[in-house]
Amino acid sequence: MSGNAALGEAAVLSGCTCYFGYPITPQNELTEYMAKRMGELGRVFIQSESEIAAINMVLGASVAGARAMTSSSSPGMSLKQEGISYLAADELPAVVVDMVRGGPGMGNISPAQSDYLQATRGGGHGDYKTIVLVPGSVQELTEVVPLAFDLADQYRNPVIVLGDGMLGQMMEPVSFENIKPPKEYPKDYILTGAKGRPARMVRSLLFDTKEEEEHNWKLVRKYQRMEQNEVRYETFMADDAEMIVVAYGIGARIVKGAIKRLRQENMKVGMMRPITAWPFPAAPLQELAKTVHDFFVFEMSAGQMIEDVRLALAGKGRIHFYGRPGGVIPTPVELYRIIGRHYYMAARRKQQ
Amino acid sequence: MTTRTIFSGFGGQGVLSMGFTLANAAMLEGKYVTYLPSYGVEVRGGTANCTVVVSDEEIASPVASEPEFVVAMNQPSFNRFQNILQSGGLLCVNASLVDIASARSDIEILAIPTSQLAEKLGTIKVANMIILGALIKASNIISFDAMIKNLAELLGEGRSKLIKLNKEALEMGFNYVKE
Repeated sequence: MSGNAALGEAAVLSGCTCYFGYPITPQNELTEYMAKRMGELGRVFIQSESEIAAINMVLGASVAGARAMTSSSSPGMSLKQEGISYLAADELPAVVVDMVRGGPGMGNISPAQSDYLQATRGGGHGDYKTIVLVPGSVQELTEVVPLAFDLADQYRNPVIVLGDGMLGQMMEPVSFENIKPPKEYPKDYILTGAKGRPARMVRSLLFDTKEEEEHNWKLVRKYQRMEQNEVRYETFMADDAEMIVVAYGIGARIVKGAIKRLRQENMKVGMMRPITAWPFPAAPLQELAKTVHDFFVFEMSAGQMIEDVRLALAGKGRIHFYGRPGGVIPTPVELYRIIGRHYYMAARRKQQ
Repeated sequence: MTTRTIFSGFGGQGVLSMGFTLANAAMLEGKYVTYLPSYGVEVRGGTANCTVVVSDEEIASPVASEPEFVVAMNQPSFNRFQNILQSGGLLCVNASLVDIASARSDIEILAIPTSQLAEKLGTIKVANMIILGALIKASNIISFDAMIKNLAELLGEGRSKLIKLNKEALEMGFNYVKE
């Protein structure tokens, strides 16, 4: 199954009742899948007139209590940011998928990882954050999507699933057995008509600065809870490593191939792969820094996650970087050569 | 073992279905497999290609920079992809459309006159399955049985006519290749 189709089925099984989307490569198969599947199940599918309309439809569905999702790719995600900011301000759950392509501007349709900062720094205006999940395989999409819906409901906050063009397009065997029936969450905030109860209001317009400040601090406390409880990551051959590669998504997968080759030549390289890009696994990285001096960041961008690695390490160790922006997909052999060279130079520095 | 194959040709020649058929069969055989189509700005009559990686272990990258096998259904694909084939790699060529005079000397060429063979089956549409059958014989990526069993799942149980035709095409290609 293609990553896009698997994502769609995972959303369906997670109890997504409303999907709104506007076509853009390389995530079209997701919209196509939802068009067919949501119709079969008698759920809501709307191909909107624009990305902006789609995200605002999500807002509307969410405030009415639905599990709602939209998806797009980089240029479309820029358009959705206003809506995501409103969702965060209104404390409404939603799942937004970004299958990243080369940018900036119109860019191209090849896979990239250049929307990292946009996704992890809120993306739109105002003091807000979104949980960002970065799956690395088609199978992992089926784990991340139900989690995204649950976290969105639990924290009442938009959750971003940040993939890339390759993850969306590639096909791999996939099993959906791990997806449990959706949990119920208290929906004491939704608008259902005020018959028999006091009226509710969901809004982000708070003219009173005091009130807005209080609202902001409330959101901050929520984000702190997320940072405490929702960090997810995976390590690979990190136990005896002398160099740790930090990479995520499809990039991490290519790194894994490179590490297998490096290990054959007794180069002790391991990997730390964030599964949540926000909250970033800073503490685990600090823990690794107790024994490891050299950290190698690889991204399919000109260097975005490296900022988080710098912040996490806070001056400890040495950070190496290799990036391929613009939709270029490096091969495991290429990374093997580059990482190997850095490893060799780091070892020589240590001897001196 | 990991094998990487690039299928290439004109849009409409069944290039993507060739790759998908192999990928699905490999999955049924219990292998790790990835299938990556070229996507986006492709049109009928333009070039199309896809990459299939089949392995006994987890696959790092679905992209093949130095594939072991290439299937080229037309001249532009032949020219483009013979250059990235591994030294000693195997290039399956649609000999009915491709002139192989410019082939590299360090690779193995398997020329299949697909159009002539397909004529015997009454339709050019199965040219892709003929060449796929030949590839399976020459490469051993997966067993031929898995390939045949896979057809029913791909085409739908009820479509016995189609299954039979595709099976015949696969067998024709398979048998065309001598040891």
